[in-house]
Amino acid sequence: MTMRITVTVNGVEQTREVEPRLLLTHFLRDELGLTGTHWGCDTSNCGTCVVWLEGTPVKSCTVLAVQADGRSVRTVEGLETDAGLDPVQQGFVECHGLQCGFCTPGMLMTARWLLDHNPDPSEQEIREAISGQLCRCTGYENIVRAIRWAAEHPAGSVTAESAEPAAEQPTVPAQATPADAAVEEVRA
Amino acid sequence: MTTVAERPAQHLGFGRMHRKEDARFIRGKGTYVDDVRLPGMLHGAILRSPYAHARIVSIDTSAAQAHPKVKAVITGETLAGLNLAWMPTLSHDVQAVLATDKVRFQGQEVAFVVAEDRYAARDALELIEVEYEPLPAVVDARRALDPDAPVIRDDLEGKTDNHIFDWEAGDRARTDEVFASAEVVVAQDMLYPRVHPAPLETCGAVADFDKVTGKLTVWTTTQAPHAHRTVYALVAGLPEHKIRIISPDIGGGFGGKVGIYPGYVLAVVGSIVTGKPVKWVEDRSENLMSTAFARDYHMHGEIAATRDGKILAVRVKVLADHGAFNGTAQPSKYPAGFFHIFTGSYDLQAAHCQVTGVYTNKAPGGVAYACSFRVTEAVYLIERMVDLLAAELGMDPAELRMRNLLRPEQFPYTTPTGWEYDSGDYPRALRLAMDIAGYERLRAEQARPRDDGLLTGIGISFFTEGVGAGPRRHMDILGLGMADGAELRVHPTGKAVLRISVQTQGQGHETTFAQIVAHELGIPAEDVEVVHGDTDQTPFGLGTYGSRSTPVSGAATAMVARKVRERAKIVAAAALEVAPDDLEWEHGRWQVAGDPDRGKTIAELALLAHSNLELPEGVEGHLDATCVYNPPNLTYPFGAYICVVEVDPGTGVVKVRRFIAVDDCGVRINPMIVEGQIHGGLADGVGMALMQVMAFDQDGNHLGASFMDYLLPTALECPSWELGETVTPSPHHPIGAKGVGESATVGSPAAVVNAVIDALRPYGVRHVDMPLTPANVWSAIHGRPLRTDLAIP
Amino acid sequence: MQVPAPFAYARASSVDHALDLLAQYGPEARVLAGGHSLIPMMKLRLAAPEALIDINDLTDLSYIRVEGDGPAAGVLAIGAMTRHAELLASTVAGQHFPIFHDAERVIADPIVRNRGTVGGSLCQADPSEDLAAVFAALRASAVIRGPAGTRTVPIREFHRGPYETVVGPDELLIELRVPLPPPGEASGSAYEKVERRAGDWPVAAAGAVLRLARDPGDPPDAPPRVVEAGIGLTAVGAAHYVAAQAEEFLRGKPATEEHFVEAGQIASAECNPSADQRGPVDYKRHLAGELTVRALRRAAARAREVAA
Repeated sequence: MTMRITVTVNGVEQTREVEPRLLLTHFLRDELGLTGTHWGCDTSNCGTCVVWLEGTPVKSCTVLAVQADGRSVRTVEGLETDAGLDPVQQGFVECHGLQCGFCTPGMLMTARWLLDHNPDPSEQEIREAISGQLCRCTGYENIVRAIRWAAEHPAGSVTAESAEPAAEQPTVPAQATPADAAVEEVRA
Repeated sequence: MTTVAERPAQHLGFGRMHRKEDARFIRGKGTYVDDVRLPGMLHGAILRSPYAHARIVSIDTSAAQAHPKVKAVITGETLAGLNLAWMPTLSHDVQAVLATDKVRFQGQEVAFVVAEDRYAARDALELIEVEYEPLPAVVDARRALDPDAPVIRDDLEGKTDNHIFDWEAGDRARTDEVFASAEVVVAQDMLYPRVHPAPLETCGAVADFDKVTGKLTVWTTTQAPHAHRTVYALVAGLPEHKIRIISPDIGGGFGGKVGIYPGYVLAVVGSIVTGKPVKWVEDRSENLMSTAFARDYHMHGEIAATRDGKILAVRVKVLADHGAFNGTAQPSKYPAGFFHIFTGSYDLQAAHCQVTGVYTNKAPGGVAYACSFRVTEAVYLIERMVDLLAAELGMDPAELRMRNLLRPEQFPYTTPTGWEYDSGDYPRALRLAMDIAGYERLRAEQARPRDDGLLTGIGISFFTEGVGAGPRRHMDILGLGMADGAELRVHPTGKAVLRISVQTQGQGHETTFAQIVAHELGIPAEDVEVVHGDTDQTPFGLGTYGSRSTPVSGAATAMVARKVRERAKIVAAAALEVAPDDLEWEHGRWQVAGDPDRGKTIAELALLAHSNLELPEGVEGHLDATCVYNPPNLTYPFGAYICVVEVDPGTGVVKVRRFIAVDDCGVRINPMIVEGQIHGGLADGVGMALMQVMAFDQDGNHLGASFMDYLLPTALECPSWELGETVTPSPHHPIGAKGVGESATVGSPAAVVNAVIDALRPYGVRHVDMPLTPANVWSAIHGRPLRTDLAIP
Repeated sequence: MQVPAPFAYARASSVDHALDLLAQYGPEARVLAGGHSLIPMMKLRLAAPEALIDINDLTDLSYIRVEGDGPAAGVLAIGAMTRHAELLASTVAGQHFPIFHDAERVIADPIVRNRGTVGGSLCQADPSEDLAAVFAALRASAVIRGPAGTRTVPIREFHRGPYETVVGPDELLIELRVPLPPPGEASGSAYEKVERRAGDWPVAAAGAVLRLARDPGDPPDAPPRVVEAGIGLTAVGAAHYVAAQAEEFLRGKPATEEHFVEAGQIASAECNPSADQRGPVDYKRHLAGELTVRALRRAAARAREVAA
């Protein structure tokens, strides 16, 4: 048994026939092809599924798509505009706030909401804001720094993705000879 | 022709550089396995055993097959007919793809449903009726070798017990001698509990067998795509050139995505049977219950020393719980991996270890989770033993370590168990960590009583790892050597494509490997495209785990870039009409010695190499090269970690206040990425020390099959990490680099545990097994630390 | 990720509409509020209701307000659809009863708190539910609406047992009412929780609500008298989430450290914890007492601040 729902996602109305049991995450990913929102657990713990529902971050794995009927949803795909990347996105690049990228969309959505409501959060406030979302790669350090960067650069930065000053060269000793014997020719 | 002054500032080698791969991830445009959608794709789901040990009496799939959206139902019987019910593991054992006679761990795969969508597949599982006859389960590894223990692997001919292997390293006689005459001997049992890497993305595959071309394409969460391809060829009898494995973006691996899981094989079979692509992606509960766990080492350690603090010898007996099938992914000569690096960072006279592996009714695995092949267990053991010795001698643990750390002049150093450490200045790293921490001041503050009733604890861990497996003559996995290839092509317009055999799951290879090429060739890293993860497009290699990417594939990359540079030299000589010996390499150009304005950059030489320039006899054109790198040794990163905790004795709650980490991984290609790797591993230490465990009850029921029960640290449990670095290059690595991906996970748990035990000193607590949950800490204070691997009866 | 079995779905537009839908779909229907207890259970297929009645549009059940004024003791009224996040952010609630903020800060996580509701948590009746202990300590009442009309039940009679409340299958919890202390009394409240990790269910938790008064003849530095004590316990098998004997002990006594410690011992003895992955019985029993003492201390300190 299906129902017809209309959800405004990133400003665009989307109408689909769905079963009531279809989870919002799966609606976004499988019905609309917006695979930026992820899922990673069965018990609403990991937070890789965080999106905005009516302007508030929610775990979309624990919301039914039918509950979003007539409502607005914002996903990570809705952060970048014609004007460019959102400062939180720039901050994550600037500060190496992501590694595998799997928790990143959820973190970005929470970061954006936090800064909209608390433009100058302390480190502790940032940690509390993301405490419902897991990251296995970063140890959270650079995520916190990235969000602080975005707080300090509310207009972003045009140079976030451009070249940095020439990379510093560490003191490498005279080239150790790796045994040329270790290098095997496969073809000339 | 460019002169040096005109060159724009871009990334020309090592140093901090934003990651090239970030562009897609911050936009939500990564492609992980569950993002892959193919026309006509079906979805698979696995029915799993509720019992830890049971005979299968019957399986009735008729109701599931009648479900209107179900396309196929596969059981062990189906697979047996195709000779696919069992598959080889990475440790020369076999594992059931789908159970036939018995189930041997809770969560084991019993049947596979293929349906039109994932919801229907899940519904169909409920329609399969399985009749089980439960059997007594072997859950306590310490009872696995009891004479009356149920035999788990009766599928193995002639098997009458649960014993897998015995292995030893070191000189037993000499070690016993040293112990016999030592002034001080301290012994301790300790458990490194079963934990799980739990990457945020679960494991999965999309298998697409094309009947017309006979080609099988599998998108899958694998850290070792070429190894998977070869194993599929061997197991499924498909020709290897008709198999393509693609690792798209991987949402974390940590060793959990090395092996081939039954679900992948089932997706392949499903695709062959239905003629359509089949996607199987596991739930989190499946991930935690059935994929590669880590650790589960029951260790008995002993340390012998003089009364004034000279450590003489260490010996260890280990009982290794391997689960129901021996599926550890480690080099085949080393059933206990690199555990024999347990002598640690110290100058010992003798050492010996003995490891006994046993089967239990739990999931297979053991070597995963940034273990560097059991180096985590080894480091934990030695660092706890050193602290226990310090407590026995009444000596400060930093001072005891300083007295016994290997000295720089002792390198290269051969350990009593046969490892040849390449380079290190250990005392310097420890001193730096102590300085950053303000160690002496911390100890002074600790001596003063606190108003708030909390206890301060300070813990140290100093680790040496061996990473970058490994030399051909010593190491192989399933007979495949651990040498990795690299291919480099520089296009006519000076842009390069590097193809490598290792597989990033977040480590930033698309950036760091480009930086290696940039470093060697003087072209911007932005101009180097790194191709990885597709076996059709990349050279053979054994993948990423054990921190081997930089040591092995990074070396291959440096070497292949040097080959290109040498080729470019010949082209330059021809273009500049000089002899090659008249050229010198400077700032990314081959230039005439003594006449530096006459030179060519690699970009210019690339165009020339493709042009009609006459080249000397015997020299082919283009600027391409390939290389296979067989490492001469492992590399040995090391570090000094200091953890400061606060313990509330009234509740047992532990808070990590500070964590100082000084790491030495040789030359750092991209310090930003190195630091990120370390941050992540330090969080693992907090998690494993304080909250992570896969426990079981007496019936073999898994007590940690969701993130509600298997707890991972959040941003609130982690302090702001304080990092420092020293750099002692690896003398045998082409760019002096060592691996680092797992260092922090290896070194940190002992620092946290040592800190908590230090805090509990007023209560006379000697040792508590991880995880140090509030209940465990409080119980230890009251003289009864908990056993953490089995549920409280 | 696991997914639920099929069910029917209807969205209520008012309380009356919700009641009609409940009657229409019968006892196999469940109310869907925040959904963060129910939907995970349905995904794991531990619950499989035939229909969900979504009450998230009942925004008029989302409020926190003081009712009553003047000399009569007032009431803090909290609508059942108030989200945890709203209760945590509420200045009104926090000023009167800091126990709300103490508890909400450690319930679930900030994202879950955006959806989970006060009413939903109480109706879920998990034996480890923090808000159950909080409202019990506050001696609140629950207002329930059904086809027969509205009834009020003291929160200490609201829970029948684990996962079971007095709310019938055709009824809806609509409001919680918390009595404000009468003028002349100083009130303080606090919540203490031990969890294995941020956001985890409690290993044990205790909430204390103290109403204190000074008798006219007392010397100025004498401790105030406990007019009434509310001690809520969760996750330790305390009947109705209450340490009734400990409350009884404190009533009328001077609010001293010594009495708090003894109250903690009584609370420890009267609860009934079970061993599980969070801890053995002796530890949980100890925590019940230790956290009761700490909550009482902080409640008393807050009352002193208010009185000062």
